[in-house]
Amino acid sequence: MSVATSHRHRKVTEPRTPLALKQSRLPRWALPALAAAALAAGCGTGLAAGLDSTVQWGLIAALLFVAGTFALTAAVEGVRQAKDRLATSVVWIAFLLAVVPLASLLWETVARGSKVLDGYFLSHSMGTLPDAMPGGGVYHAIIGTLEQVGLATLIAAPLGLLTAIYLVEYGRGRLARTVTFFVDVMTGIPSIVAGLFVLSVWILILGFGPSGFAGAMALAILMMPVVVRSTEEMLKLVPNELREASLALGVPKWRTILRIVLPTSLGGITTGVMLAIARITGETAPVLLLVWGAKTINNNPFDGAQQSLPLYVFQQWQQGSDASYDRAWAAALVLIAFVMVLNLVARGIARWKAPKAGR
Amino acid sequence: MAKRIDVSGLNAYYGAHKAIDDISMSIEPRSVTAFIGPSGCGKSTFLRTLNRMHEVTPGGRVDGKVLLDDEDLYGPGVDPVAVRRTVGMVFQRPNPFPTMSIFDNVAAGLRLNGSHKKSRLKDVVEKSLRGANLWNEVKDRLNKPGSGLSGGQQQRLCIARAIAVEPQVLLMDEPCSALDPISTLAIEDLIGELKERFTIVIVTHNMQQAARVSDRTAFFNLAAVGKPGKLIEIDETERIFSNPSVQATEDYISGRFG
Repeated sequence: MSVATSHRHRKVTEPRTPLALKQSRLPRWALPALAAAALAAGCGTGLAAGLDSTVQWGLIAALLFVAGTFALTAAVEGVRQAKDRLATSVVWIAFLLAVVPLASLLWETVARGSKVLDGYFLSHSMGTLPDAMPGGGVYHAIIGTLEQVGLATLIAAPLGLLTAIYLVEYGRGRLARTVTFFVDVMTGIPSIVAGLFVLSVWILILGFGPSGFAGAMALAILMMPVVVRSTEEMLKLVPNELREASLALGVPKWRTILRIVLPTSLGGITTGVMLAIARITGETAPVLLLVWGAKTINNNPFDGAQQSLPLYVFQQWQQGSDASYDRAWAAALVLIAFVMVLNLVARGIARWKAPKAGR
Repeated sequence: MAKRIDVSGLNAYYGAHKAIDDISMSIEPRSVTAFIGPSGCGKSTFLRTLNRMHEVTPGGRVDGKVLLDDEDLYGPGVDPVAVRRTVGMVFQRPNPFPTMSIFDNVAAGLRLNGSHKKSRLKDVVEKSLRGANLWNEVKDRLNKPGSGLSGGQQQRLCIARAIAVEPQVLLMDEPCSALDPISTLAIEDLIGELKERFTIVIVTHNMQQAARVSDRTAFFNLAAVGKPGKLIEIDETERIFSNPSVQATEDYISGRFG
């Protein structure tokens, strides 16, 4: 901007320095106005062109808004500001695109699932109820999921934790590299493959029947690499100075790990384990292969078929009656709520256990 | 209590790289010995060999002898954990345990070594905090986190933690380099008091500090970058700073190089 124009703007009150730091800016209302205009134009074009998807309307509006802000800002404030606005808009649109499916999924599940979700639904099994009839519940599936996931955690969490401790605190050379490699490979195992593996070993070769425990073993295989990875990262975050401080006090290494390293990283480790649990809670394939699903309550995870929440959702959906659709949605809602509670607990523990600096 | 240290023919390595070469010296009990020298000359490495902390670093390896009174720290069957209980250490940056309160930080050494008696812990914590000149500042908030203290207070907390396990020797690796002049003064005063009870070895980049606090000073140097560090000379601090017997020492101290 030239000195002459800036003088014209500031009139006579401060005649001395021509401020090169100041430049013209868009008024505050410009962007909201542009957004409204873009939205209107988007809807207008959509209506006029007879597009029946509102998503398309929204996309047109978003594109118009991005292009409009860029042009307007470039004209008034300069190209650098225009690029800044462009980047901001793109980031926001990406954020909205990511949130929209999540929000609509949650909304859909809550809207459809709350229809039959009540105390009766939570405290009864399907029993001998015919599939097309309304009624019945998920109690047997909740029990099954809790037991299978609990057993899987009992197997995978200690193994994963100890593996991570080995890798970070002790592992050197070839063995550690090999373990890391196999953990990476295990992270990529499809759940159906883990299910087939346990099926062939436990059921076909060793001759055991279907049980919650068989499913838990497959779930543990899926869970273990996640626990190892997240725990490893958390242990690496513990400053080496703390280990050295403890060792220099004459504390043995195992005790240093147990009393200094683990407590310092406990919040992160718990979060990692909880997230791993959340991940396996929704697994259907291994459960289908190994636990088979049941209509009645089976409290014993070591003997006989059991039900689990994701499998229940799948089977109810397969039945295809209105009543079973409702039950499937309600069970899906229970599943989401379960995972959400786990996440909240993990966050709570992480916050509670985080090293605090208070005075 | 305090013990004397005799080092002879000590070499330390990081993997294949030799960090310090053939160091021999005696460290007198109940005195302060300062290590000075340019960065990378192996002062800290040498300090860490004195309580077997060097081997904690991956690839760290030592040969030679370190006699604590008459016991070789690197002799067969010597437990590094026992060595570290006898030879305590304070690090460059204050590193209180973040999950622990002030009280627990000081008690950590005792607790982690299996001593749990409440009354004894209380006595030791008070004694150590008094010893580190920190008691009056923290006595009303012993159960607050140690990381909430100021840098200088944290460093004195670390000193209290180190002396709580009653070591014979206290190694200090640039304990004041992260601190302001007032906290530095507090720690230097403290070093003067502690030498009545401990053998103290301190690494410092601050020549005035070495002159102020130490009885004897050792000058380390390295021939060239990538070459191992060597001990050039060790003598009474007064002599080192007034009339050193090696020209390189005088050059370093008078600021002609390094």
